[in-house]
Amino acid sequence: MSSFKNTGHLFRFAGLFVLAFLIFLGVRGFVVPKSFGQYGHYRGNAIVDDAARPMFYAGHQACETCHADIAATKASGAHAHVNCEACHGPQAIHALADDPTAHIPVKPDSATLCIRCHAKTLAKPKNFPQVDGDHSQGMACITCHTNPHSPAMDTAAKGGAK
Amino acid sequence: MNGVEGFMYPNEIALQWSVLIVLYPYITGLVAGAFILASLVRIFRVEAVRPTYRLALLTALSFLLVAPLPLQFHLGHPERSFEMYFTPHSTSAMAMFGYVYLWYLMAVLVFELWLDYRAEIVQRAQSTKGLLGLLYKAMTLGNYNISHEALELDEKIGWIVTLIGIPSAFMLHGYVGFIFGSIKANPWWSSPLMPIVFIFSAMVSGIAAVMLIYMATTKMRGLKIDVACVDAIAMYLFYTFIIDFALESLDLIHRIYEADESFRSLDFMVHTKLYIPHIVIQILLGTLTPLVLLAITQLVKLPERLRKRLYVIAGSLIMIGVFAMRWNVVIGGQLFSKSFLGYTTYKMHLISKEGLLVSAGLMLLPLAILYVLVRILPPWHEGENQVLAEGAK
Ligand code: HEC
Ligand code: HEC
Ligand code: HEC
Ligand code: HEC
Repeated sequence: MSSFKNTGHLFRFAGLFVLAFLIFLGVRGFVVPKSFGQYGHYRGNAIVDDAARPMFYAGHQACETCHADIAATKASGAHAHVNCEACHGPQAIHALADDPTAHIPVKPDSATLCIRCHAKTLAKPKNFPQVDGDHSQGMACITCHTNPHSPAMDTAAKGGAK
Repeated sequence: MNGVEGFMYPNEIALQWSVLIVLYPYITGLVAGAFILASLVRIFRVEAVRPTYRLALLTALSFLLVAPLPLQFHLGHPERSFEMYFTPHSTSAMAMFGYVYLWYLMAVLVFELWLDYRAEIVQRAQSTKGLLGLLYKAMTLGNYNISHEALELDEKIGWIVTLIGIPSAFMLHGYVGFIFGSIKANPWWSSPLMPIVFIFSAMVSGIAAVMLIYMATTKMRGLKIDVACVDAIAMYLFYTFIIDFALESLDLIHRIYEADESFRSLDFMVHTKLYIPHIVIQILLGTLTPLVLLAITQLVKLPERLRKRLYVIAGSLIMIGVFAMRWNVVIGGQLFSKSFLGYTTYKMHLISKEGLLVSAGLMLLPLAILYVLVRILPPWHEGENQVLAEGAK
């Protein structure tokens, strides 16, 4: 028993740890959201919150139901895999509305739109079609690439700048 | 673009990790190094360096308290950092480190200091009045048992704590190297040698720091520096430094020999943008010069005064060299493009949340904390205690 007598201070230090741990648990129960860990290492309710936010993009299936002609043109050309809204911007306000004519989207300006994807930089894969500043000779891209939905040019114009 | 040569990806142009992230491994390194020096006394029974035992522990504590601050200043939402504790993420090295830090702070450093100082704390709790007396009373935790048996028990437990503390100190700093070493997307960092190199450079810088602090505080108290003690520290400093130097050279040689796809780009960087901080400051000034100086003190029998001077010069150069090493790792690793086609520039602000002034403040803060700690818990021996107690009044 006498050997125990001298360990009192050590137990007190250990008690400090236990106390700190209990406080930690208490604070933790208070600050950690209830739904934390429901699906993974995040607040489960974040999904509910996100689902409640307004939609901005309608998705290309939505566009295709009304603009079937353009969808067909696009599907046959080089931009087949580029989404409508990648060029036209978020259009839920137009496509999902009861009256689509209430918000008619403005036509994108090809002078600024096309180079966003096609400007030549070293970082892009070599087989991606890229053009430098001289290519358009100061004209808007659709002067020559007349149909943005199927941008390859007709045979008559081909053999030009490339 | 300003400061960019060649091609950089857009997200590489501005550096994400600033000088604060340089400070962080530097400061934790000093903690680990100082603790290893203290363990020389406790575990390896190197009596010559005993005068620095408590000073080393207090130094480690003051730097450890400041260690997380650079990270807090770096964060946009510092208050969120506590989520690391509340919602532990077992597969994130950075998240788990919060626990290593707490463990090292509370279970190792504070516990060991408390055990070592207990007798004095109890004496002071009984003799000191006022606010300070209350502080001492709180520190006793209400137990005044300083019988011979109790103190003997403390000595034994302290030994065990130090024994656990050595691997903990290695973990603490090895982790910092681990973080960098495991970023496989960055060839300047990704190397399994990184944690080991970090640990050894940490030991070197920590030992040098305690040596300098010991010499400075002794001078300031108007006492004579214990030459046998600094001789012993310098000897251990020299040996650790040789191992550190060998490891860093190994890392370098390995990179040169392996010469992977990143090599030309990194080699170019070391010869241009990093030439001054890497070749000149880190290798020539911060490694080779102090190594030669320390070697001279080991080989030639020099007079005491000259020896002490050489120790101060070598120690200071080491502190600069290790800082440069951290700088070159953290900043250097962000100067080149992952495309290996371009380089950017780091611009340090003077006055900003992550600028020069904040960094300088964070570097001085541990010294201020150490000053306060030394006032409350004087690390000096019994006889000398009196001198300080007079001075403190
Ligand atoms: C419910 C049917 C409907 C859906 C779905 C729809 N639109 Fe429309 N859209 C219209 C109508 C109707 C007009 C106006 C008539 C017109 O000018 O052709 C129009 C006009 C446009 C215009 C302007 C045409 C111009 O001449 O200025 C663009 C651009 C457009 N839509 C893009 C889209 C995109 C992109 C989507 C998919 C996100 C989409 N639309 C989905 C019906 C629809
Ligand atoms: C590569 C970018 C791009 C993509 C992808 C794209 N568009 Fe267009 N779209 C344009 C541009 C540019 C114009 C404007 C042409 C002009 O100014 O004459 C346009 C015009 C239109 C128009 C106006 C009428 C017309 O024929 O000129 C409609 C409607 C339209 N787009 C719908 C769609 C739909 C639906 C899709 C998806 C199936 C789609 N767009 C995909 C770039 C694109
Ligand atoms: C959202 C990005 C994007 C935008 C905006 C865009 N394109 Fe494209 N473009 C592509 C992709 C993707 C391809 C297909 C590349 C492939 O097949 O590898 C392509 C292909 C092409 C091609 C075919 C090249 C070939 O080798 O046959 C032409 C021409 C072209 N685009 C012109 C344009 C023009 C003109 C515009 C502006 C109206 C434009 N693009 C806007 C992404 C874009
Ligand atoms: C003066 C007419 C003209 C203008 C303006 C023009 N192009 Fe072209 N472009 C061509 C011709 C001709 C070709 C080669 C034929 C083809 O591949 O369809 C071509 C080819 C391309 C290609 C395919 C290159 C490749 O390597 O496969 C892309 C992409 C392209 N143009 C994008 C643009 C963009 C973006 C603009 C606007 C900045 C633009 N063009 C403006 C005439 C023009």
